[in-house]
Amino acid sequence: MSETVNIDMVADGMTTTEQAGRTRLGQSVAAPSGSRWGAIAGKVLIALFVVVMVIFILGPLLWLAIHAFAGTWTYPNLMPDSWTLRWWQTVFSDSSLGIAVQNSLVISPLVVLFSAVICLPAAYAFARFEFFARRTFLIGLFATNAFPKMGLFATLASLFYALNLMNTVVGIIIVQILGTIVFMTWIPAAAFAAVPRSLEEAARDAGASRIRVFFSITLRMAMPGILVAAVMAFLASFDEAQGTYLVGAPDYFTMPTEMYTLVLNYPKQVAAVFSILLSIPSVVLMLVARKHIMGGQLAEGFQIR
Amino acid sequence: MSTSRETAVRGASPVSGGSQGGGLQVSGLNKVLGGRTIIDDLNLTVNEGELVSLLGPSGCGKTTTLRMIAGFLTPDSGTIAVAGRDVTALGAERRPSAMVFQNYALWPHMTVFKNVAFPLKLRKLPKPEIEERVTQVLGLVNLLHHRDSRPGQISGGEQQRVALARALVQEPDLLLLDEPLSNLDAKLRVKVREDIREIQQRLGITTVIVTHDQDEAMSVSDRIAVMNEGKIEQYSTPAELYEHPRTMFVATFIGTINRIEGSYRDGRIVADGDDSGDAVVGIRPEDVHFTSTAVAGSLPATVERIIPRGHFHEVFLRREDATLRAYITGEVPALGSAGFAQVSKAMIFRNGLLVEGQAEGAAADARARA
Repeated sequence: MSETVNIDMVADGMTTTEQAGRTRLGQSVAAPSGSRWGAIAGKVLIALFVVVMVIFILGPLLWLAIHAFAGTWTYPNLMPDSWTLRWWQTVFSDSSLGIAVQNSLVISPLVVLFSAVICLPAAYAFARFEFFARRTFLIGLFATNAFPKMGLFATLASLFYALNLMNTVVGIIIVQILGTIVFMTWIPAAAFAAVPRSLEEAARDAGASRIRVFFSITLRMAMPGILVAAVMAFLASFDEAQGTYLVGAPDYFTMPTEMYTLVLNYPKQVAAVFSILLSIPSVVLMLVARKHIMGGQLAEGFQIR
Repeated sequence: MSTSRETAVRGASPVSGGSQGGGLQVSGLNKVLGGRTIIDDLNLTVNEGELVSLLGPSGCGKTTTLRMIAGFLTPDSGTIAVAGRDVTALGAERRPSAMVFQNYALWPHMTVFKNVAFPLKLRKLPKPEIEERVTQVLGLVNLLHHRDSRPGQISGGEQQRVALARALVQEPDLLLLDEPLSNLDAKLRVKVREDIREIQQRLGITTVIVTHDQDEAMSVSDRIAVMNEGKIEQYSTPAELYEHPRTMFVATFIGTINRIEGSYRDGRIVADGDDSGDAVVGIRPEDVHFTSTAVAGSLPATVERIIPRGHFHEVFLRREDATLRAYITGEVPALGSAGFAQVSKAMIFRNGLLVEGQAEGAAADARARA
């Protein structure tokens, strides 16, 4: 479990550190050139900061990577005593692990899809219409995040028993959707709101029906924001363990819930291998999203004053 | 080139060819927004092929009027007819008008070509025809070299022309422009407004421009509707507006004017004696003349202040009745020098309405001579 959390931080942390590093550099350049020592000291500080951040972010990953290939690794030694691929073999030959991977790769996309179907219309409504208690509803979406998850899941479980949703895929999907609603509504709502109305009006003026305007202009322009939300929802669903375990176990295991079993039943090297596998989709998604979302051409061309 | 054409058109009576069927007819338009009357029983007729400006200060309702004509706002009452067809009940997408937005409203995710082609694509025209018409209209606005650029990559002036092309490609019965030049710098503004006028004349397209810039309105329009507080104060040709403003508001909004409270008698301004309302005298600076010797109707004056304005000087002349602003070309009197100031034409407004103004100077001259 702790590994999962670490990987999350890695994935999110990459870009923030990069940005932080850049702004810091910019500031030192802007500083008066009169004090050369000050500038050098600034650069040293920045270098130190970068090194610390790199250790902080890459350290756990490195630790995981070494563990995944380590035979045994005892305390005073800096490096493992022996290297092996045995743990990878264990993971790939265990059929229950394969099923967990399969479950995760089926459930998470479904969660993103249903979450989008439910939340995007709501996001559009929040962005474009003024209705009764609009702000209350918008803030109310945080309710699921405002209380300890376990408490929520405990009450949810009794409801699920009554509705025969316990130990079902539908139940797992519902539990995971709960965790995605906030991203899937707030981020797209901001993206929809950022589409200038005059662009929609221009399309209507050109002869487009309201539905056509939505698909050709509004949705198209809000897409980067929606993609970010979808990526975050996917990761949230992919990493969700508590609710999934409660609803799914013992019939359905996803990758994170399978981790519980692994940590309990196998040496920690297997858990290391598994958490590396678990991080692959996150990293791939982040890289893809980065390319698409930060492409920049969509942010250009606004003449809004 | 376009300038001479403008004057030629303006010199003639406002396009007389417009039949009752073409152009734009707005009648009895009302709009209340948030409890405030924005448009108050507005009537406006634009003849076919005519270019009309809605001119007024911000908040006068000109943009609201344009948005109702375009179909983005529904009037509370009144009708709007374009090319003889009542369009009041139609949405913007079904009206035969095309609009150029103040911020251009180009779609940033489409190339220039796709931006311009979008209205034709919606009409499901065959591809070769779209290609041909877009190419033609991009040629008209001189943007063929940018057909594959994105709006974010071209300059403000070019974006403006793309917006114009996107409107023109629809071959609308009515072209609407909402403050089309306000986002351009001063030099470009003059060029673009000449281009707009030239294209409008070449295509003979009925056009309504919303602007707060009197200079812009004066230089491109066949007629100008000066708006104030949701009403049209005056609807005339630019020359008529300047020479015969019907209200004090129009007189002050168009051009510069000396505004002095009081009445005007025998070439001088006098405190108003009668009780028939607030009287105001309006004198255009170019109707104030400074001479070194006394002439008919002149009063002694001293030069109080001189502001160079390029090809003329703005001079403040202090007379015993008032201080008048005058435009003087050629030799400029020295600061503080004494002479005589004569007014050749004055307009008198009572309760904001013009009551007397034509040939006032001539009448005063005659009286002085008698």
